[in-house]
Amino acid sequence: MLPYALRRLILALPLLVGITLISFFLMHLAPGEPVDISNPDATTTADREGRERLIQAYGLDKPIHVQYWNWLTRIVRLDFGRSFAPDARPVLQKIRERLPITLALNVAEMMIIVMLAIPIGVISATRQYSRFDKVTTVFVFVGFATPDFWLALMLMILFGVQLGWLPISGLRSPTWEYLSFWRQQWDFLSHLILPILVATFGGLASFSRYMRQSMLEVVRQDYIQSARAKGLAEPVVIGKHALRNALLPIVTILGLSLPGLIGGSVIIESIFAIPGMGQLMVQAVYERDYPVIMGNLVIVALLTLGANLIADLTYSLVDPRIRVAARRSRR
Amino acid sequence: MSRLGLRHLTLLFVLAVGGCGSEAGSTVDPATGQAAGKPTYGDTFIDALTGNISGLIPNVLTDGASFEVGSLIYSGLVTRDKDLNIIGELAESWEFSRDCLDLTFKLRKNVRWHDGKPFTADDVVFTYEAMVNPKTPTAYREDFKAVGAVDAPDPYTLHVRYTKPYAKALQSWSIWILPRHVLETYVKEGRLREAPQNRADPIGTGAYRFKEWKPGEKVVLVANQDYFEGRPYLSRIVYRIIPSQATIFLELKAQGIDSAGPAGLTALQFKRQADFPAFRKAYNKYQYQDNVYTYLGFNLADPRFADKRVRQAFAHAINKRELIEGVRLGLGREATGPYKPGTWAYNPNVRTYPYDMAKARELLAAAGWRTKNADGILVKDGQPFEFVLRTNQGNDERRKVAEIVQASLKDLGVKVDIQVIEWASFLKEYIKKRRFEAIILGWGIGQDPDQFEVWHSSKTGPDDLNRIGYANPEADEMLEKGRMSCVEEERKKYYDRFQEILAEDQPIVFLYFRDALPVVSSRVRGVVPSPNGIRYNFNEWYVPRPLQRYTAG
Repeated sequence: MLPYALRRLILALPLLVGITLISFFLMHLAPGEPVDISNPDATTTADREGRERLIQAYGLDKPIHVQYWNWLTRIVRLDFGRSFAPDARPVLQKIRERLPITLALNVAEMMIIVMLAIPIGVISATRQYSRFDKVTTVFVFVGFATPDFWLALMLMILFGVQLGWLPISGLRSPTWEYLSFWRQQWDFLSHLILPILVATFGGLASFSRYMRQSMLEVVRQDYIQSARAKGLAEPVVIGKHALRNALLPIVTILGLSLPGLIGGSVIIESIFAIPGMGQLMVQAVYERDYPVIMGNLVIVALLTLGANLIADLTYSLVDPRIRVAARRSRR
Repeated sequence: MSRLGLRHLTLLFVLAVGGCGSEAGSTVDPATGQAAGKPTYGDTFIDALTGNISGLIPNVLTDGASFEVGSLIYSGLVTRDKDLNIIGELAESWEFSRDCLDLTFKLRKNVRWHDGKPFTADDVVFTYEAMVNPKTPTAYREDFKAVGAVDAPDPYTLHVRYTKPYAKALQSWSIWILPRHVLETYVKEGRLREAPQNRADPIGTGAYRFKEWKPGEKVVLVANQDYFEGRPYLSRIVYRIIPSQATIFLELKAQGIDSAGPAGLTALQFKRQADFPAFRKAYNKYQYQDNVYTYLGFNLADPRFADKRVRQAFAHAINKRELIEGVRLGLGREATGPYKPGTWAYNPNVRTYPYDMAKARELLAAAGWRTKNADGILVKDGQPFEFVLRTNQGNDERRKVAEIVQASLKDLGVKVDIQVIEWASFLKEYIKKRRFEAIILGWGIGQDPDQFEVWHSSKTGPDDLNRIGYANPEADEMLEKGRMSCVEEERKKYYDRFQEILAEDQPIVFLYFRDALPVVSSRVRGVVPSPNGIRYNFNEWYVPRPLQRYTAG
């Protein structure tokens, strides 16, 4: 197990360099330069000397492979550089500011999805074509097909404007500083309800469908038949023998969703005015803020590779066959 | 008063909206029966910005959100009053020498920085040094290029010597004045953007002090108790950053914010969606001409557009009234040139191009575009008249304008394809390389009529703003003379002539000035709309005590 993990880690290094290399060149292929960005209608003087000075300061006058090499040598010392935006703040600081809220939202969303999708999938599979199966099928597909922004606006109108139960946007009320401790917690939570609801509704479909499909395959297997033949109670057959096997593909999908946890959804963040990673990344792309784009990409790439590794390791935990196979091949 | 004049007034001044008659002054509050006329301190004003501010030292920034916040934290030597006249802010008075070369300011004596240190003329000298320092990344350096020397004979006198007369001299001193004792080292090292004061705790002399900035979420300011013109009435200002216009509107409906920001509502929201009793009761809507006009521009290096008659024909073929109706629901005003109607430099007596297809066809025929091919497209020397009209992404209004222009020109027999391109690519690949045929863009106009940068024939380099390549020796002369004088009457003559030339040449088709459509919570009093918008007297806005909604610290 340990040597396997180690080998995977070492292999991940060249992969990571490859990812950053391709991203870096692709990013520079996009037309437009960071120093170009200004207000489209502004008639303020184009400051030519200033522009040239910035190009030099950013190193943008050097050949692209030199730029990449400079970036790489800095990044291995964990120096992500400063943003090209006029605030000129360190990239890591910008990401650190945005990461917690995106992470919190996505983890909450993921947990709710898993908690709902697994029972829905299992029940739908064990009672295939029942009324429950049909109703949930329709429901999750409606959720899948509903555009995020539309659902968000509808919920905002209903709960924010008409009923006035929940805040419409942002993370905290403007009066937050003046609330008592517990009111502050509730204030913060109440701001998260709608965004999480919208994100969950959209993500539920795929997970519950995977779960249903995987369960359907497993319950047809011979070992389920033999479990039943042994006289085991149905809940034990389903809950213990079938579920464990049916969860395998779900682990893969969960693993692959991990990098998405820090990505953040631009649409949801913009509509709910949540200052998260999605908005940061999109803004950086519009402004050709190379250090922020690359910083973001490196972190996402690291997480993707890490998540794949974790998913593979988890496999061997949940699936005895893989462990056995690994042991055999070593002999 | 002529009909035109009347319409002008309704455009400039507040629409009579709202059942509660909430204009400042004599209103009696129904809840308490007390006169709400006397300004009271307190309450929080919650505003919305669509973009995150990029910093707290506006001198080195370029985005509107940062200027909005920065203008409450810092002050300039001069500012503009409701009628757009220049008045003193940190300066008490000023004097020009007769040759326009010496400008002497007398400064206020009772001004303190937010950290308690006294403000003196030395800080103004420092700000000047910072702006002209080649290491300072600022868009305002040009304003100070004509300055020969700045010195402070005593702490409350500032003397500026110009090397040549510069019309914008006085206006340029509305620049945000920065404190020497806080920022000197950063300016010397050329790291003003990296200064911690660009991130938190900026020190200014303005009506509000910085409290907090949560990037992407909000900026909080609190009233400056020692403000030199007296403490402002509103105790606390919260700028919430809400990127989506739809969300801003819902927040307004739920009364979660007091204003939709300096940009205000969209035309559709203003005209239709905000037109119901509850909204009219909760908010006052205002309408005034914004400082932005939209235009159809041509690459004048293209032989087809180099012919003045073609451009004039296009001007005749576009029904501007209908266009404003279509894209702005009527909330805009036809443009005849690059100056806002109602300002001193505006010349109403220039050649206009009323909608007239027959005239347009005539002009095109005179330019040699007579025969049509099988597709109904005009042909000259075997070449059909077709071109690509480009505009930037993210501006729905401009896309619609492009579509209307496309339809109008189709009637003439000109084929137009529309391309919408992301701004950074558009600028780099098409504008700077002059690889465009026609464009729909806008120009923001400043308070001063000097538009040298946009129209002078020397400003056609890749990074310059005369993107269409306009060159007219007489226009050049007017622009040069106009910026060399500090006497308004004299300047007006030059700019009047300049506008006549532009109207005749139609280097671009001036389409319309859009209206700004701000809304402000009706509990806020003291808002007096003017040609200068509504924000010029923000420090005098207040909420009568019985109507105050928030406890403010």
